[in-house]
Amino acid sequence: MQRRTLLAGTAALTATAALAHGAAAQGSKTKIVFWHAMSGPLGEELGNICKGFNASQTAYEVEPIFKGSYPETLTAAIAAWRAGKAPHLVQMFEVGTGSMLAAGPAVKQVWQLSQETGVTLDPAAYIGGVRGYYSLSDGRLASMPFNSSTPVMWYNKDAFEKAGLDPAKPPTTWTEVIAACRTLKAKKATAIPMTTAWPTWVHIEEFGAMHDLPVATKANGFDGLDTELVINAAPFVKNLQRLFDMSKEGLFKYGGRDSAGEPLFVSGEAAIIFTSSAARAAFKRDGKFNSLAALLPTDPEVNPHPINSVIGGASLWTMTAPSRSPAEYKAVASFLHYIGQPEQDAHWHQVSGYVPVTLAGYELSKKQGFYEKNPGTDIPIIQLSRGKLTANSKGFRLGRMVELRNIIQEEMEKGLQGQQNAKVALDNAVMRGNKVLREFEKSVKG
Amino acid sequence: MERRTIFAGWVLPALLVAPQLLLTFFFFLWPAGQALWFSLTRQDAFGIKTQFVGLENFTDLFADPLYRDSAVRTVGFCVAVTMLAMGTALVLAVFADREIRGRTLYRTLLIWPYAVAPAIAAVLWVLLLNPQIGVVAHALKALGVLWDYRLNDAQAMTVVILASAWKQVSYNFIFFLAGLQSIPKTVIEAARMDGARGWRRFRTITLPLLMPTVFFLIVVNVVYAAFDTFATVQALTQGGPGKATETLVLKVYRDGVVNLDLGSSSAQSVVLMLGVIVLVMLQFRFLGRRNAE
Repeated sequence: MQRRTLLAGTAALTATAALAHGAAAQGSKTKIVFWHAMSGPLGEELGNICKGFNASQTAYEVEPIFKGSYPETLTAAIAAWRAGKAPHLVQMFEVGTGSMLAAGPAVKQVWQLSQETGVTLDPAAYIGGVRGYYSLSDGRLASMPFNSSTPVMWYNKDAFEKAGLDPAKPPTTWTEVIAACRTLKAKKATAIPMTTAWPTWVHIEEFGAMHDLPVATKANGFDGLDTELVINAAPFVKNLQRLFDMSKEGLFKYGGRDSAGEPLFVSGEAAIIFTSSAARAAFKRDGKFNSLAALLPTDPEVNPHPINSVIGGASLWTMTAPSRSPAEYKAVASFLHYIGQPEQDAHWHQVSGYVPVTLAGYELSKKQGFYEKNPGTDIPIIQLSRGKLTANSKGFRLGRMVELRNIIQEEMEKGLQGQQNAKVALDNAVMRGNKVLREFEKSVKG
Repeated sequence: MERRTIFAGWVLPALLVAPQLLLTFFFFLWPAGQALWFSLTRQDAFGIKTQFVGLENFTDLFADPLYRDSAVRTVGFCVAVTMLAMGTALVLAVFADREIRGRTLYRTLLIWPYAVAPAIAAVLWVLLLNPQIGVVAHALKALGVLWDYRLNDAQAMTVVILASAWKQVSYNFIFFLAGLQSIPKTVIEAARMDGARGWRRFRTITLPLLMPTVFFLIVVNVVYAAFDTFATVQALTQGGPGKATETLVLKVYRDGVVNLDLGSSSAQSVVLMLGVIVLVMLQFRFLGRRNAE
């Protein structure tokens, strides 16, 4: 008797677990779980996309779950996979791509998913710069492009006017940026002239790409795991030293790691910030001033003909689990197919500030007159498609890139306090970073 | 007077200790064993490829100057937090032990911070000290202090020490107060009759009698500062600027959870585990000897 109760209890528990897992068929619908890292207005829009998919058909239901920041989502997904409970779909930031490509059986790459389920997921539909980042070297798509952005220079139009600067002519070179900052400071237009978010992404990675300089050997890691950082080259040193000097002069204020600098701009304290084009939704909602986007400034002495910047943002990875059924994979493929439709892509692009990832989505936005009605929204697209793509501007495929970014940020912080100059900071970053790259190489070679 | 229960069989005693043993096994021995095993391996993030590497993680660790820096920093941090938390608590306890109006209210209020979760405590400190929104930060700026702990090593360290110590004052206060109350009034009275006043009475009578409490609290506070301050530091500075506030336990988290280097992270937690074992052994030895005297 007692044993029977126990057994019944176990059965009930298992059933609950399966339900919670989202794997059990509820009614006739196949449910899939989608872990993402979109907070604030972007999270709401993502929820709307999922709702749209659920309403568009009757066979599948996708449940979006917010898992925290990008690194937190990555960690959660890995822990879940180790426990055999990975989500069906996970949003992974671009710097996690190297790690995910090395994940072997933990993921089902897009080409594989398409082959197994028979759902068409055509790489040719996606914009070249976006597709390249998430493809294998032979052109097969590994993860599904979703939210791609690129950093741009955001500036406070009201502050520019107050300082007597022409908001229609934002600075385009670093020399002009310094001049503008001096004016902003002299006229006390804002408390701080300039700040930045994503210090490593903007001032190392994108600086390298746009000026056609390698960040790491082996085509930034695309051609092999034995890649090494080379960011202690003279142009990088010059660029970083300029930031240090601007900080000393009171023109630049460091706002913290990753996106921590953004509040300085939103609050109106800083007149200029370098951050993702996808900050548009938040700036529009929370900023009590007019903000405009412009191309990232360049250094003509390093390269008079700057080329494209590299995408950031995230893509969607299909994950595996021991008990996953073909129907569930089919549901994932259908969802991926749905979000790649021109209407969905164009809508997501227009509400979020991410760039369109499909050619058709871009064309549709143009046809709808979105760029004429919203000046500046095409800036990231112009910047991403400038010049001719080179091995230096294709993207980055480095393992443990979160750690690399942190190492560089740490060395920057020491430099900004005057403990070391830019050369020493970048020499240290290269030395420490290469150690991490070698560890990664050893760990995935097995 | 010895109290001992005699059990007839072994079934009942086994059942009685089983829950405790199971808890210890599942929540301590198992994870600790896993950490030990991981510390001898190199794994990719997903645990697909695992290689046995012997003591390589440990030799790498001790050869790393950044790890040694972190260890030295942690010792300094522990000493500062322990002294500040215990010093403040002792002063408060001595005053709260006096005959004053509203004594119970003071005592209750002083115990409150102990109930605040570490991460929430850190948020409170952020609201006070954040260079942009902090109340205290604005006051400091008005006084002409260049306040920005996100870009100043010394200020960052001060902030995490203050926040961590504040959290522990209540705990120490409770123990000190109990310790003070257990000192026989007659001893104090006798000292007073002999003409020992204020500070002298405290130094020669109260403090020696309080020593067992002091030693117990030193161990508890050091362990607290070394391990339990993770949430506070993570919420305030994430170990920055540079590595200015990166303590050993923060590094375990950073390498394991963020950098997904489980081998090195496990090796670091094994080192920390040894540290705790040594501390606890010292405590047992010391307190044991005192009790035997």
